[in-house]
Formats: sequence, C-alpha cells, structure tokens
Amino acid sequence: MAGSFTRMIAGRNGAVLLASLGAGTMATGFLMSDNPLAAEVRTKLYPPSSDFPDLRKHNNCMAKALTPAIYGRLRDKITPNNWTLDQCIQTGVDNPGHPFIKTVGCVAGDEESYEVFSELFDPIIKDRHNGYDPNTMTHPTDLDASKITNGVFDDKYVLSSRVRTGRSIRGLSLPPACSRAERREVERVVVMALAGLKGDLAGRYYGLQDLTDKEQQQLIDDHFLFDKPISPLLTCAFMARDWPDARGIWHNNEKTFLIWVNEEDHTRVISMEKGGNMKRVFERFCRGLKQVEQLIQERGWEFMWNERLGYILTCPSNLGTGLRAGVHVRLPNLSKDTRFSKILDNLRLQKRGTGGVDTAATGDTFDISNNDRLGKSEVELVQMLVDGVNYLIECEKKMEKGQDIKVPSPVNQFRK
Amino acid sequence: MPFGNTHNNFKLNYKVEDEFPDLSKHNNHMAKVLTKELYGKIRDRQTPSGYTLDDVIQTGVDNPGHPFIMTVGCVAGDEESYEVFKDLLDPIISDRHGGYKPTDKHVTDLNFENLKGGDDLDPAYVLSSRVRTGRSIKGFTLPPHNSRGERRGIEKLSVEALTSLDGEFKGKYYPLKSMTDAEQDQLINDHFLFDKPVSPLLTCAGMARDWPDGRGIMHNDNKTFLVWVNEEDHLRVISMQQGGNMREVFKRFCVGLQKIEEIFKKHGHGFMWNEHLGYILTCPSNLGTGLRGGVHVKLPKLSVHAKFDEILSRLRLQKRGTGGVDTASVGGVFDISNADRLGSSEVAQVQLVVDGVKLMVEMEKKLEKGEAIDSMIPAQK
Repeated sequence: MAGSFTRMIAGRNGAVLLASLGAGTMATGFLMSDNPLAAEVRTKLYPPSSDFPDLRKHNNCMAKALTPAIYGRLRDKITPNNWTLDQCIQTGVDNPGHPFIKTVGCVAGDEESYEVFSELFDPIIKDRHNGYDPNTMTHPTDLDASKITNGVFDDKYVLSSRVRTGRSIRGLSLPPACSRAERREVERVVVMALAGLKGDLAGRYYGLQDLTDKEQQQLIDDHFLFDKPISPLLTCAFMARDWPDARGIWHNNEKTFLIWVNEEDHTRVISMEKGGNMKRVFERFCRGLKQVEQLIQERGWEFMWNERLGYILTCPSNLGTGLRAGVHVRLPNLSKDTRFSKILDNLRLQKRGTGGVDTAATGDTFDISNNDRLGKSEVELVQMLVDGVNYLIECEKKMEKGQDIKVPSPVNQFRK
Repeated sequence: MPFGNTHNNFKLNYKVEDEFPDLSKHNNHMAKVLTKELYGKIRDRQTPSGYTLDDVIQTGVDNPGHPFIMTVGCVAGDEESYEVFKDLLDPIISDRHGGYKPTDKHVTDLNFENLKGGDDLDPAYVLSSRVRTGRSIKGFTLPPHNSRGERRGIEKLSVEALTSLDGEFKGKYYPLKSMTDAEQDQLINDHFLFDKPVSPLLTCAGMARDWPDGRGIMHNDNKTFLVWVNEEDHLRVISMQQGGNMREVFKRFCVGLQKIEEIFKKHGHGFMWNEHLGYILTCPSNLGTGLRGGVHVKLPKLSVHAKFDEILSRLRLQKRGTGGVDTASVGGVFDISNADRLGSSEVAQVQLVVDGVKLMVEMEKKLEKGEAIDSMIPAQK
C-alpha cells in the first residue's frame, strides 16, 4: 500500500544520503555493515581498471558507449535501491551480439538507474533512439485514439492487428533488481487494479504458479501464455529469478486485452484482434491503459514516467512510449522486391517473422511494426504505422496489377 | 554477485513472509532444510565480501529439482560462506555426505605411496583411468561471486604457477578468449575443451558471468595432466591415461597438486582448506577431497547381474555412462568411481576404487566362465 511505500522511501534515505555524498558501493557497504576490513581492502585491491570488461568482440549499444573513464566514474555509485553499474551492464557483457538485431546491452534496475548512470545511459539512448537527447528534448505522451485516421486495413492483406506497451509501478524495483517481496507487491497492486475493470474490459488473472493443466492448455491455445525466459539477453539480466513466483497473465473475457505481470517489465499491456481494425485496437489500448492508471492512482500508486524519458521501462529500447504497434500482413509480391527493405526504412517500419523478435520471416506473411519508441507520441507512432501499412498494401495491390511502385521519401524523425 | 552487499539491507525492510521463497514444489537439499524461521534468522547476515543468504540459495530457488535426483540447491560465494551460513549448510552437508557432523574432522592424505596396489588392473577390461579434484585459492571469492578483476587475478596466478611446472608436468596454457581455431579443434579432439555452462544449476548461480573472460585450460605435453581455470571452481585438476594403471595416475595427481600448491603458497595464496571440511569448493557436494577417481571398465555381464547395484553400493562406488554424469552406458562400458567425498581421505577413496574395480573384473571373468559370484559379494565397506 502507499503507506508502507512512503515508509520505505524513508528507510532508503541513509543509502541515498551516502550515495549523494559520492560514497562508492563498497564504502557505503563499509559504513552500513559492521565489517570495515573487507570493503576497504576490496576497493583498494580492485580499482575500476581491473574490473573493466573486455568488450573488444562485442557489438551492442553498451559496448559502443562504455569507456574506461565512464566506468571508472560510475562503478562505485549506487541507486537508492542499491543497484550498481555492473548489474546494469552484465547482460551486455555476457552477450556480445545478436544475429538479427543490434542489442542494447544494458538494463535499468530501477527508475533512478537512468539518472545515477546517465553518463552511460544518455549516449545509449541517443544511439538507439535516432539522436534523441534526454538533456535537451522532451518526450510527448498522447493516448487520444480518436485522432487516428484511416486506421482500418483491408482484411484481405492484414490478418491481425496488435499494440503493446509496458508500464512500471513507481517505487518498486524493476525485474532485474526486484526482490521476491517487491515482485509480489507489483503483482498485488496490478491484480487489485485489474479487478476493477468493467464492461468489455472485465476479465481475470491467472497466476503462473497456480495454473491448472486445463487453464494452461487454454492459454497456450490462445497464444497468451508466456514462458520462463530462455533468451540469455534476459536471463543474464537476472529477470528469470525465482520463476514463476509472482508472474501471471490477465486477460479480458473477450480475449482482446491482455496483461503480462512481471515478465520483462512490471506489466506488458497488449491490445489485439484478428483482422485490420487497428483503430479499434488502439482505442481499446488507450482506454484500458487510462482505466488501469486511474485504478492504481486511487490506491496511492502511479506509473514511472517523466518528461525527459516518457514511460520508464527495464530496457532503454522501450523508453518513451514503449509502444510497438504492428500487423501480420501478407505481402507476397512486395516482399520479393529488392526495394522492400528501403521502403520499410523510409516509412520507419521494421519487419519480423510472425514468431516474434528472434524469428526470421518465412513465406509471405510479415510482422510489420514501428521502429521508434521515444521522441514521438503514441498517436504519432500509430498513425505512422497506419500510413505505412496502407502504403505497403497499395504497393502490393499495384504489383498485383503489374504496375510499378515508388519508394516513398523518408518520414521525419522528430516532430518540429 | 560481486555487486555490493547493501542491496540485502534494503530487502530487510520487507517482512520475512514476503521475502521467503516458495519452495512448495521443490526437491533439493536446500529446500528440505530451509524453513521460514531459519530464513528469518539468518537473512540479515553476510560474509565479509558481501555474500548473502539469497545469493547462496538462488540456484536452488530457480531450479526446483528432479523427482529422482536430489541436487544440492545452494553454492558458496567464498570461504566464509560455510561459516556464516552454517545453520543452513551444516544440515545440507550432513544430508549429502552420509551424516557428517559439524564436529567431525576430515583427513587429507595425498601421499600416493600409501595406496596399495592399483598398478595391475587388467587393461583388457579397464580402458582408462582418471582422477579429478578441485582447488580454491585463498584470498579470492568463488565463481558465483567474484568480480572480473578477481577472476583475472586468479587466472594470472594460475598461469604463473602452471607454466612454471617442469618434467612430466611441463605444458601450455590456452586462454579461452584468445584460442586459435586450430588450438580449439585440437582441444576438442582431445576431449579437453570445456564450454560455457548451459546447465541452469550453474548459470542461475552466476558462474557463467563475463564468459569467457579469465577462463582457460592448461595441459602438459603428454596430455596426461589437465587443469581447468575458472570454470565451476577456481581450479579443476585432472590426471588421466589409457589403461588400468590407476597407481600411476594417482601418483601424478598427488605430485602435480603438491607442486602447484607450493607455488601458490609462495605467492601468499595457498588453497582453501580446513580440518572440518577439507578442501573448500563452490558446491557443498565437492567438499572434503573433491575427488572423483574412476575408470572406464567393460562389465557387460556383471552390469546386468541382479546384484550389480547392491555390489556397487557395498563397495561405496557409483556408476555413470562413459559420457559423464548424466549419460547411460554404451556397450557394457561403465564409468565407475568413488561415491564419497567428505569424511575419508584421497588415498582411502582411490583405494576403494582400485580394490572395488579389481574385484568386479574378477567377477566379470567368473561370469564369462559361467560360474556363480555369490561367494564373492563383499560386505558393506
């Protein structure tokens, strides 16, 4: 509850004070424990230079941004939840690269990670988000779905439409860092709020620990069940600890609004349906998010958000809107054209296999979604996706009739 | 994790019930011993290097276990873990090591001359002989906990020690991160190369962090003496050869270990050892001698005899497939090794292997002639 939350902030003040005085991790540990020898000895014996990771064979955003000088300045700092730089970067050290995507290579353990380690996170954010500079720019939030135009696609091409994002509960550590108690608190807060949803959003929660065989099979058949992460990008970031404790899935009775609890983020919120009515999918998305936010606010909680970085999530790649809006679309002719990738690039769209981020596309059906997350609002990103997919379908129709297509000029990166 | 111990203090703000792991579906030694009361009693402790109870048990929480195999479910992060968390680890050690008590003393005997026989195992049956153990270097934390700086320090010391060996131990060190393709192929063909752990028992304990930084393999020119650096323990030391001369294998093992230990001591970093737990290693199952001495032996007839498992049990031996701990035997060839680690010496454990295998080969020969072996079945050792 909010009451105990405030008490906890008070309890963290000791560490916050020490951290703000510039006391390093070990020194803080020294002052807060009753064993002076170990901390001092270790700090002296192992200066940052001895601990600097070997990143010569690495190809991720963290490896590009982390210099020995930055590491030297940040290694001994801690966030108020006692999270360190080494913990942020462990996943990037352990995973030099990915066959299909340029990975980020670091995670946040809490909201404050993005501040305390800003010297590393800011350049990574700039790199990953098209030059977005958190020090000079602000991120717009807009969840007014009525602004979307032309948001209903031809069902002959678009098989399904989906919008997802994440939300974090302010005051509780993120999945890489949270203790079992914190994770259970996230579950309690979220499940209590979701129980208040009504009408087409009314639904129920399935805790992963207590699933019956029948429920499990149903969730698998609906393609709702998420499993213990096996991707080393996640396991090396400590996100699979204590599985399946306090993890679960909530969905509405109509199976068009789905929330994952304590997977890669506190919550992942998904709106989806078969067919091409992206406008309705986004409308439900926005309505559901606003209602959940209201329900947690009634109990004294709120989402992590600030105007520098938008919604705060575990992976820097999901900052801002955290929004991926996409369709499964058939493009048998267009996908064989050599200009396909360039067209997608200019429309600021990406393609994935229909199995998700780590799959290659097979056949003619693609998962097409927005590239960007930060620096543009939800409405802007969904509109860009809508305009882009409409363009792709136009191209496909033209090619069916034997007509030629044009590569569109690049869409603007940031709003003026 | 080497990331600082202050996170534990933060967790203490939460009630015991909220932090206590759900072990209701678990079947490992840790889950058997750890109650909510015990968790509450020791959760605010930490070793001088900052290793905490949650660090010790994380691997056991993340890996509920197997219905038929009892895994340990916890690891040590440093030498002091066995002291600071003795309320948890002593009962686990007792459970795993045949009732070993907190007051018991462990005897170390690496004097190969005390081994009787062992040079006459019939090579027509005994295809190869091998002895392995682990060693931890004092002054460094263990693989679940150490930082990159420490791990590199261990590697540096180890390389200095190992490359200064001479005679039959003269050899070369191959760091994992700078191996050439040719070297890698050769090490694979020799069955020497170890890979990044995939077992979640190890990865959940933090032992694969920063791979392959600081890891490597040393072996002598004769390919009979091999040391792994910074895999599951600081050092894993292996002596092996084709055929049944376990005496020679054990002699090389003891001599090599003693030479290495001398060099480490000269640098002010002897091996972790105490008279209660013997050699200190990452997993409580390897305490004591950390020794697994074994042979690959052909026992096609004996292995299908009704009393095979009972014979093994009485001889204090265990069987595995020739692919290692989780494999089945192929063509009647078994890996037979000592079952015990703690509470008996190296010499005593290898003696059991030597005597036991000799007896089993004689039984096999009798069965080949169609004779009964009932009179040969031994009493419980």
